[in-house]
Amino acid sequence: MGLKTFPGGVHPYDGKDLSKSKPVTEYLPKGDLVFPLSQHIGAPATPIVAVGDAVLRGQKIAEASGFVSSAIFSSVSGTVKAIEPRRTTTGDMVNSIVIENDGAFTEVEYQECDDVSKLSKEEIIERIKEAGVVGMGGAGFPTHVKLSPKEPDKIEYIIANGAECEPYLTSDYRNMMDEPELLIGGMNIVLSMFPNAKGVIGIEDNKPDCIEKLRKLCESEPRIDVQPLMTKYPQGGERQLIHAVTGRDINSKMLPADAGCIVDNVETLISIYRGVKQGRPVITHNFTVTGDAVCNPQNYRVCVGTNFRELLEAAGGLKDCGVQKMIAGGPMMGFALFDLDVPITKTTSALLCFSEDEASKFEPTACINCGRCVEACPERLIPSRLADYAEHGDKATFEKWYGLECIECGSCSFGCPARRHLAQSIKTMKKLVLADKRKK
Amino acid sequence: MSDLLHVTSSPHVRGKDDTQRIMLYVIISLLPATVFGIWNFGVHALILIIATIASCVLSEYIYERLLHKKSTIRDLSAVVTGLLLALNFPSTIPVWMAVLGGMFAIIVVKMLFGGLGQNFMNPALGARCFLVISFTGYMTDFSGYKDYVDIFASATPLQTIKAGGSVDVMRMIIGTTPGTIGETSAICLLIGAIFLILMGVIDLRIPGTYILTFAIFALLFGGHGMDFRYLVAEICGGGLLIGAFFMATDYVTSPITPSGKIVYGIILGLLTGIFRIFGASAEGVSYAIVFSNLLVPLIERWTVPRAFGITRPKKGGEAS
Repeated sequence: MGLKTFPGGVHPYDGKDLSKSKPVTEYLPKGDLVFPLSQHIGAPATPIVAVGDAVLRGQKIAEASGFVSSAIFSSVSGTVKAIEPRRTTTGDMVNSIVIENDGAFTEVEYQECDDVSKLSKEEIIERIKEAGVVGMGGAGFPTHVKLSPKEPDKIEYIIANGAECEPYLTSDYRNMMDEPELLIGGMNIVLSMFPNAKGVIGIEDNKPDCIEKLRKLCESEPRIDVQPLMTKYPQGGERQLIHAVTGRDINSKMLPADAGCIVDNVETLISIYRGVKQGRPVITHNFTVTGDAVCNPQNYRVCVGTNFRELLEAAGGLKDCGVQKMIAGGPMMGFALFDLDVPITKTTSALLCFSEDEASKFEPTACINCGRCVEACPERLIPSRLADYAEHGDKATFEKWYGLECIECGSCSFGCPARRHLAQSIKTMKKLVLADKRKK
Repeated sequence: MSDLLHVTSSPHVRGKDDTQRIMLYVIISLLPATVFGIWNFGVHALILIIATIASCVLSEYIYERLLHKKSTIRDLSAVVTGLLLALNFPSTIPVWMAVLGGMFAIIVVKMLFGGLGQNFMNPALGARCFLVISFTGYMTDFSGYKDYVDIFASATPLQTIKAGGSVDVMRMIIGTTPGTIGETSAICLLIGAIFLILMGVIDLRIPGTYILTFAIFALLFGGHGMDFRYLVAEICGGGLLIGAFFMATDYVTSPITPSGKIVYGIILGLLTGIFRIFGASAEGVSYAIVFSNLLVPLIERWTVPRAFGITRPKKGGEAS
């Protein structure tokens, strides 16, 4: 298959060479661990431990409080120190379970499944739910919900999202290079639930070694294909990836299942394999610490709940040049941190430290109507006008010009020669409009 | 430490091109035509170019100074306006007229409407039209081209064609003909246009449809049938190339929607055809662009693209 892609998009400097070749090392935390009860989309989990309880690594500490919710597991052994609001990467205070690490990492015994093929569909879903698997690319949508579409027979594609289009991030690259068998294993488990589906692993062509490796492994897998994708941001956006792989388009009101697709991040599929086959819950996450201000950019397998500051110190800390900006996640869609004392969750995959902050280096100037935001927008919007409507508070026109279709990828701001904060204005307005809709 | 961190909304990285750099690309792309114009028309052309640019930049600077606004002359857009305006002058007009044109372009057409990005009309062309109407004699006097042995004498190639004469197409492509300072050399303008396209500043949507529409119109209504020489002369003559590649593509005064650009190009082609072939003057590009500038808000409103994944609304139903 040739290179596939989507219309629009931008080509930011990719910076992956900083950490690409560093193999994943397991990082065992030393300090306290913090587990926010809401690290997924849906209802926050309900704690099932109390302050003072002893817990083991891999033990469930909070359970899903509804269908669209997810369980949370301790990644260390120790005692529950507190259940209180703690700051998370977005700056919000979220109720969290704090566990004092005893440093022993005593694990619970996992219920391995000898023959996955004998499991029924319901049993697979149950095991995925019991492993607390959520979309690990960043969205955090509970995977057992995603894998329970209304009409399973109409699912034609299971797409593994290995695009990793965000610059600087290499955690998924390492996932695919280091554990391709688990990825294929996870894909096969999902495929077993959808008889009419074929598996596609979508990878940007800036990772040729990944493509080659997975292709070789997939030679004996009749139902799985590897699809090289053009290296372009946001190739890993769900709607963009579906377009590239299948040519089908969905909008904000549709689900991938409406186009016969289910899209999962590669690490999510690996977690599905671990959960279903090995009975291991999600307690670790591949994580990249990188940026020009970090002494030793690294890829880690970190325990969920680990403190950002501790991990940065493990990577040698900051260079003398100082740091202007720290980001949880990628540079295009990640959150700027104002405090490093926040925990790593199931969905954070990177800490970036930059010695210079490009976003505030430039003053916004007048829009010259050049249309670069229009060319860049993967959703075929007119970002400059949407930002105007947002700034004028014109909700009706904002909606009429499809403002709610924005996927918040930031391509418009990236390309704007007038340095306008287009994505920021549009995102804010989108929140306001959606809040209005909820009230009605 | 935390008070030293910058906190902004994503994205946290930015592209390289800014407004100033884009304007610089436009200036560079106009240099071949500028240098050729000076060589072709002599030192007075150079004086006019310098005077117009200086007038534009100073007008913007003084206007913003008087109104206590932040100076924007560093974005180079006033230089572009001045250069384009000067390239649209005959080489013989007095310097005071060039200065007046620059002031009109910046103060009346651009700054009074809110400055860069807010003007509804191309400042250079607005000023040119103002001068043509006010000082018709000066602005249509092309006797600055001193090549008396030639049949071109003081008539531009388009005027010659309109009068029924024939022209030397080769000389039009090179540019050794009478005309305004920057419009005569097709080859120099095309070199600049290719540079702009390669740098990603413009694309072919507007100039391509503009020239194509005009060519078809000229073939149908020009009264010369399938005369290839006539067609090349019409395309290379007058302000069509400089207009199509450098003025119709002015970001501020052209539609931002992709299909709007096509509509805009077609309207430009039709208007230029009508003005040139049926109008009294041999020229029509300036008026076509200035008039089409006024249609841009309407064109944009009609051509808002449907967002990704939004299908055509079904009959009697809602768009999904």
